[in-house]
Amino acid sequence: MATFFGEILSVYSRAVEEDDQDDIEEENEEDAQIRREVEEKREVHVHWSVEVLQSNPSQETLHCSDLVIAVGANATGFLSAYVLNSGSWSQVGWVSLWNERSRGTSRPTRAPLPEEPGCVIYRQDQCPSVMICQSTCYIAEDQLFQWTEKVFACLQKRGLSVTVLSDSTVAEYKAPNYVYGSGSPFLRALKTSAHKDKIPCPLLEQPNIVAGLPAAVLSHCQIQRIPAVLYQCYSDVIYPDSVTMETYKPALSSLSKLVKLDPSPSAEILQKLTKISDAQSNLYT
Amino acid sequence: MFIATEDTPPSFKGYTLIMPAVSVGNVGQLAADLIISTLNMPRVGHFHTDCLIPMVGNNPYATSSEDAAELSTNAEVYALNDIKLAVLQIRAPIIQTRVRSFRKLIVAWIKTSGFSRTVVLSSSHAYQRDDRQLLGTSLRYLLTPALQKEAEESVKELDWRELERVSAFPGIAESEQRLYIPGGGITKGLYTDCCSENIAMAVLLTFCSEGDNVPDAFALVSYLNDWHRLVEKQTGGSAQWRVPPSWSLLFGSGIPPAIF
Repeated sequence: MATFFGEILSVYSRAVEEDDQDDIEEENEEDAQIRREVEEKREVHVHWSVEVLQSNPSQETLHCSDLVIAVGANATGFLSAYVLNSGSWSQVGWVSLWNERSRGTSRPTRAPLPEEPGCVIYRQDQCPSVMICQSTCYIAEDQLFQWTEKVFACLQKRGLSVTVLSDSTVAEYKAPNYVYGSGSPFLRALKTSAHKDKIPCPLLEQPNIVAGLPAAVLSHCQIQRIPAVLYQCYSDVIYPDSVTMETYKPALSSLSKLVKLDPSPSAEILQKLTKISDAQSNLYT
Repeated sequence: MFIATEDTPPSFKGYTLIMPAVSVGNVGQLAADLIISTLNMPRVGHFHTDCLIPMVGNNPYATSSEDAAELSTNAEVYALNDIKLAVLQIRAPIIQTRVRSFRKLIVAWIKTSGFSRTVVLSSSHAYQRDDRQLLGTSLRYLLTPALQKEAEESVKELDWRELERVSAFPGIAESEQRLYIPGGGITKGLYTDCCSENIAMAVLLTFCSEGDNVPDAFALVSYLNDWHRLVEKQTGGSAQWRVPPSWSLLFGSGIPPAIF
């Protein structure tokens, strides 16, 4: 179907030319070698800080009761401003990967700097079983499955509950009535079968779908029967902004005992998080 | 890898498996949607693999608000015990570098599950037909040697047309005749794999172009129904298929009122 609306399509056509596939059939030793090297280069690695490794010498899976994964500038900005800033959190790990669009993050020896795109994992100091993962780098389609497998392999499955916050644009939201303007930004949720808690917003209606890292995490949790919920925020602003960030507030209501939200983060912090748009949008000012 | 929804995995011994090939116009996938939706097939498991692009949504076949909140993933298996039918629905493209491993995975699963036969619903670019293919029906079939004997009779009765082999170098008299399914995705590879693995498989395909492929899906599913009798035909001669709610808004959201 040439719908062009919301279909998961990464290439010009979903039908690969027959001849392209014949080439793969006739792969020789050198091709296989190149293929292996490319695969190796694209591998996803999870790194833990010295403290975590020292406290866990036998390399067992880490105990984690709640994991919050934020994908996109607004979701990560929300966590930075409202959560990470208020309580005492420390950086405990990061995920490194290489692909065509995130070349800079492949430095396995060093965590990404605060302003660099990357995937960073934080842990609460008082309650180390609560973790946050902020993902701001591009993860290629072939790396999504591996990303979830590797990150979740480090965590104990028992007692784990996952919350995913993810950004999206209103243009990708399908509804029989015209939705632009008035209602946005708004939240929609998707949950795995194991998730039984009440959800503070409407569920994502058919025929809307979600792709990318949130989809990979939710699929993994569904298969492993881990309770997980995704909050997708549809916004009509293309740059990170404070109104969209605030929309995520109800998403963490079920974690209110463990994760304290800063009721009103300082303007300075919000300004820092949204300043990215300034440099690019000064063309007409 | 197949992962059952229930604790006791279902047995597919003697079942017929219907699966789409992700191909031009998504015709196979749309046809599989029609079968699952019309027969109201319950989901029995997920097909969890790194070969497909991840994707999630709510229940695409919801009939009421109660069953709408059910997470569905990029590949799922639906089954009906009383007619021994299983449908594998694929909702995302295959990652280009893993096409081969995906085919291997499917072949291995068909073998270990003990399906008695497999039907692949597929499509091929209409613009690449040759002169013989331009005339008459646009529906074709292929049978693997393992299914040939069993199905030959019924196919003859139905007066179906087998997919023509085309010459590798058109215009040269003695050039090699080969199987050619442009735009068919894994169809050809899967078919040749099943031939060499001695798996009973049929490929049903239609020639089509990208666009609104809903009519193509109806044509292909009726073609399958002529052979497999999944849905009883009405007095008018055609079966009643139920369109799933996930087919709504195929061409976008509501129109902004301000444009008028």
